[in-house]
Amino acid sequence: MAALMTDDRDIGGPAQPLLSVKNVVRHFPLGNKGLPFLKDARNVVRAVDNISFDVLKGETLGVVGESGCGKSTMARLMMQLLQQDSGELIFDGETVGSRALPLREFRRQVQMVFQDSFSSLNPRMTIEDSVAFGATVHGVSPKDAIARGRDLLARVGLDPIRFAGRYPHELSGGQRQRVNIARALALGPRLVILDEAVSALDKSVEAQVLNLLADLKAEFGLTYVFISHDLNVVRYISDRLVVMYLGEIVEIGTAEDVFAHALHPYTRALLNSMPSVDPTRRTSVAPLFGDPPNPIDPPSGCRFHTRCPQAQDVCSKRGPAVSTVGGGQVTCLEYEPDSGYVPISIAAAQELA
Amino acid sequence: MTTTITTTGDTAKPLATPLRSRGHGANVLRRLVRNPQAMLGATVILILLIMAVAAPLLMPADPFAASMFNRLKPIGTPGYLLGTDELGRDMLSRLILGARLSLFMGVTPVLLAFGIGGAIGIMAGYAGGVLNALVMRTIDVLYAFPSVLLAIALSGALGTGIGNALVSLTVVFIPQIARIAESVTTQVRRSDFVDAARASGASALTIVRVHVLGNVIGPIFVFSTSLISVSMILASGLSFLGLGVTPPNPEWGLMLNTLRTAIYVQPWLAALPGVFIFATSIAFNVLSDGLRAAMEIK
Repeated sequence: MAALMTDDRDIGGPAQPLLSVKNVVRHFPLGNKGLPFLKDARNVVRAVDNISFDVLKGETLGVVGESGCGKSTMARLMMQLLQQDSGELIFDGETVGSRALPLREFRRQVQMVFQDSFSSLNPRMTIEDSVAFGATVHGVSPKDAIARGRDLLARVGLDPIRFAGRYPHELSGGQRQRVNIARALALGPRLVILDEAVSALDKSVEAQVLNLLADLKAEFGLTYVFISHDLNVVRYISDRLVVMYLGEIVEIGTAEDVFAHALHPYTRALLNSMPSVDPTRRTSVAPLFGDPPNPIDPPSGCRFHTRCPQAQDVCSKRGPAVSTVGGGQVTCLEYEPDSGYVPISIAAAQELA
Repeated sequence: MTTTITTTGDTAKPLATPLRSRGHGANVLRRLVRNPQAMLGATVILILLIMAVAAPLLMPADPFAASMFNRLKPIGTPGYLLGTDELGRDMLSRLILGARLSLFMGVTPVLLAFGIGGAIGIMAGYAGGVLNALVMRTIDVLYAFPSVLLAIALSGALGTGIGNALVSLTVVFIPQIARIAESVTTQVRRSDFVDAARASGASALTIVRVHVLGNVIGPIFVFSTSLISVSMILASGLSFLGLGVTPPNPEWGLMLNTLRTAIYVQPWLAALPGVFIFATSIAFNVLSDGLRAAMEIK
């Protein structure tokens, strides 16, 4: 946090969220590939459907959910690699794309590390050129950019003398991901989006890279958005958690709270699906069955009701609103007063009677 | 917001030079040199190039000097190593000089189409969406014609002459090269490193120049070289039909045409220009295959 306080780019102080995602929607039309103007307006993939959350300064925000729930689309929206259909991003008080914060300036402050370490490096470029590219785009002389690139390579644990002149295919997966991290840091960003950045690495390398990320965060005063399907890793690295299901957020809370007592039935199911290596803590609750429903035609009411172990009739009829419970927020009818949902304890009593 | 990128290191200190890996180009060249077939093709092409450039020095006789008494001499006649054609002109001299026009007609349309078609394809591939659809569907209209038919139709409409033949052949190859360029570029555009470059704030032009071009130019070039033999054969065909090179200029296709009446009298002689066309197109194809193989490995 010390580095954060001294960051001269900080506008709103520590209490203002670094990035606010407000009511962001992104649907993908199922168009005709050859003739994209003949698209079917009704059939859209609702990849991200009205999502709002804040990324606080200096935190690591974990984003979890099944594959296909819209995590990566959200990462690309946050990076503005995709344009949202509606909604807005507010970075440190300024609307992204406004005159106060044009896209180009925003991109200097937000960077991303991709899952596929090989595909995210240009195979025809030496790694020092890849790391230096971003700085040259912003007017740094090639010589200075290369010098800083080599410093960053050294910082992420790759000896510039040995590695700077190499090509991506001459590096291992872990080394390549270090290069990608160095490249993301080359522009001096304040927010780094890590989209499954360690998922493709084997466990020992993953641990090294996670430690590196933690060190860099402290050194450069970074804020992370950490997207992963690996709950153990998310638990280790995150301060707060966002849980997504079928393009929507179902729960937000501190990592501690969510792992100790998850509010949303989906979050509970997700946590129960974690394989336990401790024989005294066997998984007792049945995991979720089946695949998530098709995001082209999501279920009515609460999108989770088709797989929810405690769904009631009302769940298919009305969509839940955001309720604040304790320090977190949850989108489930169970927590909405007067929603028509009968709390579990009462329902059980009625069943007995 | 005016922030500068802070440099953590001391830029004044001289940079230690890191070990450099061999670049992609050097690797491709090394593998190409080790491929005997490709080298054979390259040798044949080199000989043809020397023939074309040094033709005045190599020709044993005047290729335009006709002689009514020495018509259709067989191969091996003293003084006429490869015989004489239907007007009594020295075949060897005409074949050597013919390399100039034949190679020119084979290479130039492909080079022009490589530039134009490559640019169209890369632009359409990188732009994607509606622009891509508009450009590529227009290209498809041309692509739908068989190339021989299109070349003849265009040449016929434009009229006889080398310039018109070049234009029509270029138009024939543009759609083919543009399609390859578009598909390779579309593939590269979807890679994460292009997204990473966009995320760093680079303009589309910079991304295409720095990140896309280096990754697509190789495959487009390999495909284009494989078209040189087609271009030679099409150009010969146009000359054969009287649409390309005009007599008395020696060009292999045209020579094949004028000698066809002699096929029952001197079949070996009549086939000679065909042998040269065949050898040249095979040489280009083998070199192009070798280039493809050398580029495919990472």
